[in-house]
Amino acid sequence: MSETTPILRMSGISKSFPGVKALQEVHFEVARGEIHALVGENGAGKSTLMKILTGAYRPDSGQIAWHGRPVTIASPSDSQTLGISMIHQELSLLPYLTVGQNIFLGREPQGRLPGFINWQALYAQAQELLERLSLDVKPRAEARELSIAQQQMVEVAKALSLQADLIAMDEPTSSLTDVETEVLFTMMRALKAQGVAIVFISHRLEEVFEITDRVTVLRDGRHIDTRPTSDLTRDKIVELMVGRELGNIYPYHPTEQRDLVLEVSDLCDGRELKNVSFQLHGGEILGIAGLIGAGRTALAETLFGIRPATGGHIKLAGQPSKIRSPKQAIQHGLGFVPEDRKQQGLFLNMAVRENITMSGMGLVTNAGFVDNKKANGLAQKFVEKLDVRTPNLRQNIRNLSGGNQQKVIIARWLTLSPRILILDEPTRGVDVGAKAEIHALMRQLAEQGVGVLMISSELPEVLGVSDRILVMHEGRITGELSRDEATQDQIMVAATGGVENVVK
Amino acid sequence: MSSNNHTPSPLVELLRRYSVLIILIGIAAIFALGSEKFLTASNLLNIALQTSIIAIVAMGMTFTILTAGIDLSVGSVMALSGALAAGLAVRQELGTYTAITLALAGGGLLGLINGLLIVKGKMPPFVATLAMLAVARGLTLVYTDGRPISGIDERFIFLGNGEVLGVPLPVIFMILAFIIAFIVLRYTRFGMYVYATGGNEEISRLAGIQTARITVGVYVISGLTAALGGILLAARLWSAQPNAAAGWELDAIAAPVLGGISLFGGVGSVTGTVMGAFILGILSNGLNLMGVQSFYQQIIKGVVLILAVMLDLFTKRRR
Amino acid sequence: MAAQTSQFRDYLRRYGLMLSFLLLCLALTLLSDRFLTVNNMVNVLRQSTINGIIAIGMTYVILTAGIDLSVGAILALSAVVTADMLQGGTAVPLAILIGLGIGGAMGLINGLIITKAHVPPFVATLGMMTIARGLTLTYTEGRPITGLPDGFRALGTGSVGPVPVPILLAAATFIIGYILLTRTALGQFIFAIGNNPTAARFAGISVNRTITFVYVLAGALSALAGMILIARLDSAQPTAGTAYEFDAIAAVVVGGTSFAGGQGGLGGTLVGVLIIAVLNNGLNLLNVSSFYQPVVTGVVIAVALLLHRALR
Repeated sequence: MSETTPILRMSGISKSFPGVKALQEVHFEVARGEIHALVGENGAGKSTLMKILTGAYRPDSGQIAWHGRPVTIASPSDSQTLGISMIHQELSLLPYLTVGQNIFLGREPQGRLPGFINWQALYAQAQELLERLSLDVKPRAEARELSIAQQQMVEVAKALSLQADLIAMDEPTSSLTDVETEVLFTMMRALKAQGVAIVFISHRLEEVFEITDRVTVLRDGRHIDTRPTSDLTRDKIVELMVGRELGNIYPYHPTEQRDLVLEVSDLCDGRELKNVSFQLHGGEILGIAGLIGAGRTALAETLFGIRPATGGHIKLAGQPSKIRSPKQAIQHGLGFVPEDRKQQGLFLNMAVRENITMSGMGLVTNAGFVDNKKANGLAQKFVEKLDVRTPNLRQNIRNLSGGNQQKVIIARWLTLSPRILILDEPTRGVDVGAKAEIHALMRQLAEQGVGVLMISSELPEVLGVSDRILVMHEGRITGELSRDEATQDQIMVAATGGVENVVK
Repeated sequence: MSSNNHTPSPLVELLRRYSVLIILIGIAAIFALGSEKFLTASNLLNIALQTSIIAIVAMGMTFTILTAGIDLSVGSVMALSGALAAGLAVRQELGTYTAITLALAGGGLLGLINGLLIVKGKMPPFVATLAMLAVARGLTLVYTDGRPISGIDERFIFLGNGEVLGVPLPVIFMILAFIIAFIVLRYTRFGMYVYATGGNEEISRLAGIQTARITVGVYVISGLTAALGGILLAARLWSAQPNAAAGWELDAIAAPVLGGISLFGGVGSVTGTVMGAFILGILSNGLNLMGVQSFYQQIIKGVVLILAVMLDLFTKRRR
Repeated sequence: MAAQTSQFRDYLRRYGLMLSFLLLCLALTLLSDRFLTVNNMVNVLRQSTINGIIAIGMTYVILTAGIDLSVGAILALSAVVTADMLQGGTAVPLAILIGLGIGGAMGLINGLIITKAHVPPFVATLGMMTIARGLTLTYTEGRPITGLPDGFRALGTGSVGPVPVPILLAAATFIIGYILLTRTALGQFIFAIGNNPTAARFAGISVNRTITFVYVLAGALSALAGMILIARLDSAQPTAGTAYEFDAIAAVVVGGTSFAGGQGGLGGTLVGVLIIAVLNNGLNLLNVSSFYQPVVTGVVIAVALLLHRALR
């Protein structure tokens, strides 16, 4: 791999924002035809480095060499011209435009008259690209009609159409299921064989080991190390990332199980859920695995009253209940940490205190009037208890890291002392340190007798944290596994509709 | 999060795609049954004439709404351009066509200022154009000294009242505006980028689209169509009124909204806008023919607006 | 150094609007000796009461990321019905209550169309504006209703001690509105909904009810403004309140409340209302043609917003 000049060499890159040194003298090299992992905790500087590479930011100092020649990248179009392409974590397709329009957005083939677009040529080229990737997607389909995985693949097609020599992928698998991830990996290997270099950013270390050739670790804006992946172990990477040894990522202490807190039988929502039945005990962490679209989020949302149930029964602590709104769910002792923190959880322009007390407003008001002393006291108590790293309670939640934001949302529920806490992808986009803290917190809650329902697409997390695992497939529960017997293989069989261990 | 594989029933799909046309035909059918005068050639031409000016302004508005913007200033810009055209022609004796060209340029300039306030000043379109609504109306009052400007010549008046092959000129302008707007939105880069900018400005910018220019462009277009509408209105009325077109911005917004164009941007077509404008035009024409008092017409108009949007949302949600 | 500039910005952000207002007053005091007189001050306040009361409701609405275009038309409808009842001999308090009730009911319909049918606020209230205006014209057959009982007219012309009743009413409305917004759970919910409606619902807030409430409030406050208006004029015009929605929105915007929702407040709105009123008053005192008033208002909206942006 070292026989030629690297395709990309970034050296001595520094970048500061008011009050923060985001990058200090960072060195980063990618070879042709290499899949290079870029890892680090949130805030380590990965995205800043990528934004400098793609021209969204200008570095304060440092050089970039492309194919051995120094270049200046001043704008996104500069980097595109060089052959650098970025696939962002948030999908960047326009839902109401067609696949073809999306692929060639900003680079439409010129029609006969100036200013006009040659639609025929555009769709023909799009078709060709899609075929090259063996994607079963029509170029004239609107992007919103595609599944998330298909959209992800269209992004890859877009990157390819740019004749990119280097594609940077920021957490491309975070919203993909394992099967879809495999499809993406197959495609990445094919690209690699064609000599395309790929920068792969992921929090999922299993994937780093599966797909990458080398790993670069950033910490606190500094370059820590770059090594061949095969020389590393998972523990070693984590140690490099956090600067200390973490020990076992998933320490497990079983808790004593108590009475049933939740019994669900034949729950349907008329669309995605089909006769779901299960039970949850106090003191138990019940993991729910499955592919995207298997109905896991639908189950959580139906339990929490966000979407209506069309059939079936829910019993809470033995009592039949009809929950029709989140408000009623909360009154019945439920809490829900949603999947999409920014869209569904946070009040981004509000302070930490308001974000914590919003659901438990009754606890801090007298006759509807907010008692500041009570509100501060309550928020402070949970900031300390969950070790939320914030300068003070007045701090805008926007300025906290992903892990701390997630802790604030969990704190919001803990103020209400829930009997059941549902967490949907609780550690998505959360760095390794905070992830372990959140897992420990879930265990602590279980020890206090809370029934914890955890939805996760990360199999190691499901296997490492849960006491018991349910697997969903197409709106049904297709597997129930105890902690001791569960393996990744068994979960995948059930998640893809296999018949082993089918309940009922 | 939810899977995307609900296949809509063909009926719902049909309803969704053609809901505006169905409403339009439905309303027309009711009036055709209610009044025998409704479905005559002369009445239909009359409806087209009544609708033409607001349709032209609404087509410019459509561009701004497609970028998730809005232009509240069109009524005032109409008044100012009409006054300028008449004033330059009558007072400054610049010659009708010179005066009209300058007035059109004036409308474009006001649109340009709207666009720059939004892009450079980072003002929400609602607020920037609300400020322009006040400023342009004030300038009209100042320029006209609060009195109508009359005495425009025949060539000017012909623009609003003349006919070519039996078709009133404003209707011809409307058809031309429609053809141009349709082609621009469907076949040009600019049109494509209008949809992209409205769909998601950030993504569009990352794709290398100069969204600031697109945004400024749509407000210039809206300023130009408003100016054209204002000039045609002055021509039709034989004079420029200082209070002309007050409140017309609301009809110019109602037409695209009735035509299924989302206020959130990125969705809809100028065909919808024209149909929306005709729904409004047919409503008032038909209700007049049926002898419904104009006061009631307002109530009916409001109800139709809300119901049409509800129907549109309902069919879309059914997908 | 950097901390100092940011502190200065913070200071400007907080007090910049007030500062501009005071500078404006200072300038007018220097330009006209009739400006800083008790009479003129009372006059300015009295003139700002109607826009002020409407703008309070509008602030609530805009904080939820909504808009209410129907306030002017609702004002007219409740005003003409109240006037008609008063002429028919209905007791004053009852007529007022019914008038306020009509405003609230129209607001309720707005709220329900927005929350239950998911029609965007702009469209729903635009429709309501047309409907309410049409109802007003139908109800009055386009004619004004003049001649109201003295007991009612006190709302617009009376005074308690030296303070005119409309100013008292506006002040009371402002204080209640301010406390509700800043000191109660409801106020927090309004900010939360403006910030992120989905997160608000997931956090157990009754989003639909809260949104409906702000439109009811906006409707009822428009009705209250309408009462004061007809009491002062001794006549209810069917075209009363036309375009008042734009004045109220202008005041809210000048006051720094964000159109995106969730940011801003009533303190800014109060100053916004006063800036617009003082400017118009100043132009009058300086004998500037009233034709320039909209021009100046428009420019002030733009400049205020540019400053808010620059400081944010």
